Amino acid sequence: MDEPILEIEDLRVTFTGGAKPVRAVDGVDLSLRRGEVVALLGESGSGKSVTLRSVLRLHQENKTKIEGRITAAGIDVMALQGAALADFRGKHVSMIFQEPMLVLDPVYSVGQQIIEAICKHENIAADEARKRVLHLFERVRIPSPERRLAAYPHEMSGGMRQRAMIALALSCHPKILLADEPTTALDATVQVQILLLLRELQRELGLSMIFVTHDISVGVEVADRIAVMYAGRIVEIGSVRDVIRAPRHPYTIGLLSTRAHGGRLTGNRLPAIAGSPPDLANLPPGCAFAPRCGLASSQCAASTPPALSVKEGQIVRCFRVDATAKVSA
Amino acid sequence: MVLYALKRVVFTLPILLGVAIVCFALVHLAPGDPLVSVLPPDATQSLKEQMMALYGFDRPYYEQFARWIARVVQGDLGTSIRTGRPVVLEVSKAIGNTFMLAAVATVIGFMLGTLFGFVAGYFRDTWLDKTASALSVFGVSVPHYWLGMVLVIIFAATLGWLPPTGAGPGGSEDWKWNWEHVRHLVLPAVTMSVIPMGIIARTVRALVAETLSQEFIVGLRAKGLSEFGVFQHVVKNAAPTALAVMGIQLGYLLGGSILIETVFAWPGSGLLLNDAIFQRDLPLLQGTILVLALFFVVLNLAVDVMQTALDPRIQRT
Repeated sequence: MDEPILEIEDLRVTFTGGAKPVRAVDGVDLSLRRGEVVALLGESGSGKSVTLRSVLRLHQENKTKIEGRITAAGIDVMALQGAALADFRGKHVSMIFQEPMLVLDPVYSVGQQIIEAICKHENIAADEARKRVLHLFERVRIPSPERRLAAYPHEMSGGMRQRAMIALALSCHPKILLADEPTTALDATVQVQILLLLRELQRELGLSMIFVTHDISVGVEVADRIAVMYAGRIVEIGSVRDVIRAPRHPYTIGLLSTRAHGGRLTGNRLPAIAGSPPDLANLPPGCAFAPRCGLASSQCAASTPPALSVKEGQIVRCFRVDATAKVSA
Repeated sequence: MVLYALKRVVFTLPILLGVAIVCFALVHLAPGDPLVSVLPPDATQSLKEQMMALYGFDRPYYEQFARWIARVVQGDLGTSIRTGRPVVLEVSKAIGNTFMLAAVATVIGFMLGTLFGFVAGYFRDTWLDKTASALSVFGVSVPHYWLGMVLVIIFAATLGWLPPTGAGPGGSEDWKWNWEHVRHLVLPAVTMSVIPMGIIARTVRALVAETLSQEFIVGLRAKGLSEFGVFQHVVKNAAPTALAVMGIQLGYLLGGSILIETVFAWPGSGLLLNDAIFQRDLPLLQGTILVLALFFVVLNLAVDVMQTALDPRIQRT
């Protein structure tokens, strides 16, 4: 249980396509244990999706520089090339995306697209693959699966498409599932259904999962651990319980206080974190959050805070953990 | 699907009627008398009236049109004033020759155009893209009658590798698929292929680049498809639009090019039109245009049906 199935060490991703290189991910360390769900939390542009896509090496090779080590299911991902990389994707690690409408090919039926993936990875007759897809469709609770098999993406509803996307991701029995905001584009009611479905499948199949989201409550719902990202770094990571009850990074504290609770008194302003996230092409030298942080000292602006273990399993990148201990308590 | 095809066929009927009306009206819209080329300049009034009655020009328009349509439907397009032979015969012979030329030009133009387009789209902003794009811009913008003459100067006059004009020793009457005849096809076919090559290359490049920038390409890679597997998806996504453009280009090629056929003295429908216009051979002009227009309609129909078969997002009912 404790042995990591996915290990990301000192991942740095720089996009070199533009006029100025943009460092989207700046030294991320993350390990995922077997059967564990880690929620990667952060706002737009914090590098969470970039981190996720790096695991499958989905960035454009000629416009991206990826450094660091990624080991997934015992495979050194950074060393994979050509056909070996293609064989790795979808078989050991697969991914579900935010907007299945955009990620599914519009001119192939959904069934065809899943059968294609199965036949790519396994030496199996198309008829056999078709049976598996039908079974998968039942598993993700797509009604009248026989008919849906022949449907095109535009003929399905958003929730149905995401279910089909999940079926596609699970079609080759991967060990690791990467979920890139899979519920963000859906209606609130459908969101809950998809979340519950994902959690159920994850438990039944013993999947290890990284779940990217910008919604804390979604993270709390599905994850065992939460990692909070800011400006390309993981600023705090710990068990859901610890991060929610005793957050130690000022950014996490800020995020939690912005949550609208049902019990909040009407007429009160919703608190917000002042300022806006930094420009990744032009990062401040020290802690990236310092300009927005109420607790920042001169040290924060001067150098990058190291990872600090504040509790068994809870790691924070902040110089002012002593001050935050009082705030969050 | 079959129902849809039938529906499309029915929809072409009004278009066909419109085409027929325009062709018929040509005779009367053209300045001067329709018989001006038949009669001597000093013809008497009674002779004129006699001829008018003979050709039926003294009847009301609707009656003339009805008679004309009735004959056209039976495959009778009238008689050429210049040669005295049935227009159907003249047109079918010329169109046969044009088709031969068009077929070769299509193969060259479509293959090179698609190839250049895919290469440019896949290797965007590299020297490969720039070379392919430069070639396609050249193809679209160069005046092709000029290109034809330049090719004649280089390959016929200077190098003497290929004949400059004509359709071979046997002419179009006695065409054989041997080198002695086919070499006459090379220069006009190459000249003719340049425009569709350029247009198709540019279209395909844009389509490929657009398809590759779409999110589902990432999705295909994420599920483990090889680059060749992704390529197949790109082809199917680009195909409907590319086919539409190819259909139109094929229409132009089949219609024959007046300029190219004149430069190379190729006995096709373009040269026939040219002669018909300059000699005011109205029945011939009418018949040629009608037949060419029919081809366009049929071709568009075929492209329409094919597109629907390829792209499920187009309504099939």
